[in-house]
Order: sequence, then C-alpha cells, then structure tokens
Amino acid sequence: MQAILKTEHLDLWYGTNQALKDVSLDMPEHQVTALIGPSGCGKSTFLKTLDRMNDLVPGVRIEGKVLYRGRNIFDPDMDVTSLRRHVGMVFQKPNPFPMSIYDNIAYGPRTHGIRGKRELDEIVERSLRGAAIWDEVKDRLKKSALSLSGGQQQRICIARALAVEPDVLLMDEATSALDPISTSKIEDLIADLKKEYTIVIVTHNMQQATRVSDQCAFFLHGELVEAGETGQIFSVPKDKRTEDYITGRFG
Amino acid sequence: MENEKILAQMPDQTKEERAVKGASALTRLKNRFGLHTARDVLEFSVHGFFFLCGFLAVACVLFISVYLVVSGLPAMLEIGVADFLLGDTWTARQGQFGILPFILTSVAGTGGAILIGVPVGVLTAMFLAKVANNKVAAVIRSAVSLLAGIPSVVYGLVGMVVLVPAVQQAFGLSSGANLLSAIVVLAVMILPSIINVAETSLRAVPKEYEEASLALGATHIETIFRVSLPAARSGVATSIVLGVGRAIGEAMAIIMVSGNVANMPGSLFTPVRFLTTAITSEMNYAPAGSLWKESLFSIGLVLFLFIMLINVILNVFIKNKKEG
Repeated sequence: MQAILKTEHLDLWYGTNQALKDVSLDMPEHQVTALIGPSGCGKSTFLKTLDRMNDLVPGVRIEGKVLYRGRNIFDPDMDVTSLRRHVGMVFQKPNPFPMSIYDNIAYGPRTHGIRGKRELDEIVERSLRGAAIWDEVKDRLKKSALSLSGGQQQRICIARALAVEPDVLLMDEATSALDPISTSKIEDLIADLKKEYTIVIVTHNMQQATRVSDQCAFFLHGELVEAGETGQIFSVPKDKRTEDYITGRFG
Repeated sequence: MENEKILAQMPDQTKEERAVKGASALTRLKNRFGLHTARDVLEFSVHGFFFLCGFLAVACVLFISVYLVVSGLPAMLEIGVADFLLGDTWTARQGQFGILPFILTSVAGTGGAILIGVPVGVLTAMFLAKVANNKVAAVIRSAVSLLAGIPSVVYGLVGMVVLVPAVQQAFGLSSGANLLSAIVVLAVMILPSIINVAETSLRAVPKEYEEASLALGATHIETIFRVSLPAARSGVATSIVLGVGRAIGEAMAIIMVSGNVANMPGSLFTPVRFLTTAITSEMNYAPAGSLWKESLFSIGLVLFLFIMLINVILNVFIKNKKEG
C-alpha cells in the first residue's frame, strides 16, 4: 500500500519546548491511521503539522519533512491553501460557521471559485450524503447550522470538509465532545469514508482506535514509540511503554 | 413546653409594642425598616444614596424630555407642524420658519460621514483585530483613543484652518466652508467609536471559526471577510448606529466648517446649516419670548426625536446581539 502522506525525521519546537522528536511515519492511502497516546504527547501537534495549521502558532519551528504525494509541504513554493484543500481537517469541538447549513457546506467550494447554483446544490447534497446527514437536514438547509445537535454539527463539519474534495481527512478527537450514539454514527462514517479518503485520527479512546483504525501510532513525550497494524499493536506490542499504555497502566 | 415559652415572652413583646407606640416618629420608622443597629442604618442610608444617584439620571432625562416638549411644541403648533418641518425657507426675521434645509443637511451630513467613516473604521478594526502585529496595533489603538479624546472644538478649529482652505483650492470654490468639509470632519470624529466597537466584536469571534475556514483552504484575508466579519455583524451594526448618533448630535466642530447658511443641501459644495448649528448660531440673537426663540427650541425637539430614534435602533441591535 502506497503512503500518500509520510513524515521523515520531523522535529517541532514551540519556542524552546520540543513537541515532536524525530517522527517518521507512513500513512497509507485508503486506510485509517489512529494516533494514540496520553495528553500532551504530541499527537495533536503532529496532526496539525500535516496540513500546516501549526503555521498559525507563534514561535513554532519545524525541521524535517512532511511528504504529501511525494512533495515536501514545507517547500517554499508549496501553496498552503491548495495543500489544505487536499488535506482537510475536522476539529475536536464541532465548529460550524454561524450561517445556514447550505452556506456552511458551500463555503469551501465558493472559496475555490465555484459560483454556479446548480453545481453548488450538487456539491452540497453529495457532501451531506457523504457525511450521512443528508436525510436529517435536507428539509432545512436554510436553517442555521448552530440549531443542530452537537453530533449533527460535527457531521456538518465533516460534510463541509468533504465539499472541497480532499484526499486526506484529518480528525482531531472528532468524537470526544459527543455522546455515545453520535460517536458511533461518526465511527461508522469513518469506516465508510476510508473507501474514498485517507483518514488520520487522533483519539484518546482505545476502543475507538481498535474499532476504526487499520494502523496505529503510539506517541509519548513527542516521540513516536511504535507504529504498526492496529491488531498487532493491541495484541503484541513490541515496546514495553506501548503495552503499559494500552493496558491502562498509565495515561 | 413550647407554649409556656411563648407565654413567657408575651409580656415583653407587648411592652416593646407599647414602647414603640409611645416612641418618636423616627424610632417607629427605624423599626419599620428593620434598622436595629447602627450598621443597619448605614446600610440603609447607602442604599438610599445609590437610589438617589440612579434616580438623578432618570430625572434628568425626564426633565429634558418634558422641557423640550413643553418649550418646543407651542412654536411648532403656531407655525404649523407641516410648515415647520417641510418649509424650505428659514428667514426668522421675516417670520419664515421652515427647517427642512436643516433636517436634510443633518441627514446628508450624517449619511456622508457614515459613507466615509464606516468603511475606513471597519477596515481599521479588521486590521487591528486580525492582521496587525501587537506593536503596530498598540500604536494605532492609542492614536485612536487619542482621537476620541480630542475636544470637538479642536476638530472644528483644525478643519477651519486646514481643511476649508484645502477644499476651496482643490475645487476652485469661493469658499471651502460647505457640506463636504463638514462631512469630512464628521467622518473623522466618528472613527474612534466605530473602530472601538467593531474591533471588540471582531476580537470576540471564536477562533474556531477562523481555523475551520483556513483548514478549508481559504486565505487569511478571505477568512476575515467571509467568516470573521459576518460573525461580528451585529457588533459592526452597533458601531455604525453609534457613529450616526455621534454625527447627528455634533455641533461645535461643524459650525466652523460648514458655512452656516440656511441653504438646502443642493450639492457637496453648498454652504449649509445643520439642526444643531441652527440652534447654537441663533440662540443669542433671538429676542426672549419671541416665536423665533421658541422655534429654536422646536428644532431642539426635532433633534431630540432623531436621537431617540437612533437609541431605539441601537437597543434593538444590542438585544439581537444578546439573543443571537
């Protein structure tokens, strides 16, 4: 399986504090890669580096490479907006814009120059269907997205990310703010989405990692301790620290 | 047991009541409000003082409203409300009291100031809240607060000495004191309130919205215009209404640059007189007790109604903001 995204010897500092240490990880196409580890281990930082959202943090310094389809995203001639179009992101807290459901989904395509109403209608429907929420909202597309429940809002955010037709979907603890039913809906959705997209998720929930991911990467204090097939990580971890974490001895 | 206790207390209570009956009015009052200790008395008097202070503000508003109606209405009725509001000629000495030129000038002047001041103010606010680095923003912000602190007479003075001759030369006019100069001065004067309120509401936009936009591949500037500004729209609308209120009530600065002639505001280069400046410029000349003097109060009443209207609009915006 070819890696669509990979990092090579990635180091990252916030000021003088090193948050990522020499991380090299392949994220294969059409697979779900789960990043696990205790709070503050660098997994969210790692995820945000993949679409360069860390650029927004003052005092951040990055060394090493992140290759998207073989191209280093930190190359000076890399177009960040085009990268973020191909590598979408869903955040921990559902964050739909304070606009109608329709405008939320159409935001990305409009930003990238699509103006035709029929074309936008099509994209909106396709994206909402893709995020398994079309049936719930098709009659109230003009209503504010903030009027939906948290779980629905998060699926709106997923639909919004799908609307720009990315290759990769990054999800930063996308279910941690949701109830169990919404969580399971989104987990089902992830399983569905990996047919078309490559997915990288950050999760605190070990069960979730085993349920949805093909590949797992365990982070600790900014280091990538161990990465491999999810079944192998959870049954026969190679590293003692991984074993301690997944069996709940710390974390 | 309980009953015995109560019975034992009875005589005391009656005695107390008897004592109260015989006591001075002051003591009775004290007991009525539960003022048993010196501390209670202090608490009560401070409460009373607060109430008095609060009431003072209400009383002033009430007094001004009543006074304006009482002193402004008779002249308006004597002249005829339609003739007064819609009459296009103001020559007080000949008994012509039409204030339409003043109303239109105030509306045009305020509108013009908003047309210039709002884009500049809102863009400045966007720059301060979202683009500028901390140092630059601090410098601009202190300049803006300084601008807010400058007395309006100084605006007028600088306008008269610098702006009026500049307008005269630039457009080849016989005088630069006209509607355009007044609009420019007003536009600068309303900038601080627009910038402050708009910046505050832009800063209050949750950064999650902006992150979501950036993550979809929008640029920083696209994000500011298409996400931050719409999310802050009620605050921006409030800032505009505040600017309108400030502009329509201003007198001192514009009397010095507007030409102060009771013309219809036919063009930007017409010397004009505003509702406010109509009052200030004639109050000293109108003989006491004359219809002329009374009609100036009527102008005050009209101005007051404008301001009230703006306040109502402002409250609607603020209420919407709280609900939304």
